[in-house]
Amino acid sequence: MLEFLLERANYWVVIVLMMIGLYITFASQNLIKRMVGLGLFQTTICLFYVTLGKVSGGTAPILFGDDAIEHHGAGHGAETEGGHAALDAVLAAGGEHAERVAHLTNTYSNPLPHVLMLTAIVVGVATLSVGLALVVRIREAYGSIENDEVNEIDLETALAQHAEAEKAVSEATA
Amino acid sequence: MHSMFNGDFGIVLVNIFLLAILFATGVAIARMRSLFAIVMLSGIYSLVSAAWYVAVDAVDVAFTEAAVGAGMSTVVLLGAMLLTSRTAKPEKLFFRLGPLLVCLATGAALIYATVDLPALGDASSPANAGVGLTYLQVAWFETGIPNVVTPVLGSYRGFDTLGETCVVFTAGLAVALLLGFGERSLAERIRNEGRSGDHSTRKASAASDEDPS
Amino acid sequence: MNTDHHVILRVIAKMLIPVITMFAFYVQFHGDFGPGGGFQAGVIIAVAVILYALVFGVPAAMRAVPPVFTRSLAAVGVMIYAGVGFWAMLQGGHYLEYQALFHEPPGEHHGQHIGILGIELGVLCGVSGAMLTIFYAFAGRVAEIRDEDW
Repeated sequence: MLEFLLERANYWVVIVLMMIGLYITFASQNLIKRMVGLGLFQTTICLFYVTLGKVSGGTAPILFGDDAIEHHGAGHGAETEGGHAALDAVLAAGGEHAERVAHLTNTYSNPLPHVLMLTAIVVGVATLSVGLALVVRIREAYGSIENDEVNEIDLETALAQHAEAEKAVSEATA
Repeated sequence: MHSMFNGDFGIVLVNIFLLAILFATGVAIARMRSLFAIVMLSGIYSLVSAAWYVAVDAVDVAFTEAAVGAGMSTVVLLGAMLLTSRTAKPEKLFFRLGPLLVCLATGAALIYATVDLPALGDASSPANAGVGLTYLQVAWFETGIPNVVTPVLGSYRGFDTLGETCVVFTAGLAVALLLGFGERSLAERIRNEGRSGDHSTRKASAASDEDPS
Repeated sequence: MNTDHHVILRVIAKMLIPVITMFAFYVQFHGDFGPGGGFQAGVIIAVAVILYALVFGVPAAMRAVPPVFTRSLAAVGVMIYAGVGFWAMLQGGHYLEYQALFHEPPGEHHGQHIGILGIELGVLCGVSGAMLTIFYAFAGRVAEIRDEDW
């Protein structure tokens, strides 16, 4: 039972961090603070994905030692001449693509979540900038970046427009 | 957690320490009202999470987070803050209570879902035994690049990365369309400062920037 | 920017900016063997220009790296990436199939190396151009908060 809890404690901490980001996004009326909360939420989701790709006892997914020895030929320099012959020998000895799936001697963490989150972070900052650009435009149009004030101004403008339209209609009928 | 790091007590301590800093930073951001402090704390949050990525072996992600999350997004947030305001209004009680309940419910649901997840660091979990392991096994023969993240990013998932590059390009285009490329407003500022140099003309240039001519 | 009390900042920045740029290229071309790649290198190059803009002023940075150049760079980056894909198609392979670039059997890596280098170059140009465009868009606006208010 204790082991079960300890193995999942990391997930729970990350989920708590995620909920802090979600809370900031929901609760704050300030649009910039909201964007910061969204960024926090996104960073923490990346943490969660990368946590899932962790392998116990593993290292970063950069091949080293026996896993990164040239399988054929002497090395990169000799590859152009000797590569074909060596590959042919390998194919003849072990059937099709015998060397293709290597037997790893070291343990590595899962590289796939790393790739996905790496691009997600860059896209995250790009979308954050678009959101902030919208906030700047809202500030220029409304003079405020508080959500409730913006809503109030919107409501007042709509009411004023409605009253004006009614007045125009009544004038036209009169 | 001890199985995750093979009983290495030092790394477990680092893990707990970094997560505690992240938690404290998150709570501080939620409670702060000064936007400058919030932006700086979000930079710290990114930097600490970059350190945590190294602890879970994701060195490439750590690099990206340190460069993009702590560097670039802080710059962009500061730029946006300069153009808007410096303090946030305090939240009303009602606006705090509702989101709190929603977050508690969502968090409880997510924590309930983790019961079914494989244990942390489980090498035979579906995520780690599937395509990720295959990439590790075939990448050296097929591409000859030791850092497996690079061939997965560029070769196996090249379409994905092409899409991401397009998204970044489109985001840059969208920001430029919303705010201008920066040349016109800057030229106006230089002209105004050359004329008088006081701040009242800056306001005028900001107003004249509005017209969609 | 004609005040004298920023002199240490300016001297240090002048020393740092070439080093930062060189580090970006190291990250770019060493991405095959260690952590790094086009995304990180692009952001680091953008950060070098942003440091220049923060210390010497945005107009000086815009004279050194014009906004026209940054937005063209972003577009050119995406085109380089897509172009590598079309190159593979012209060589008879599928889109972005680097193995077809030099008609190599499996196990030979020249096409993979050149192809990944090419797309990383595209990512470098695209990301640094887009990030600098975003920075110029924000920095070119007239600030609402005056320097004395801090």
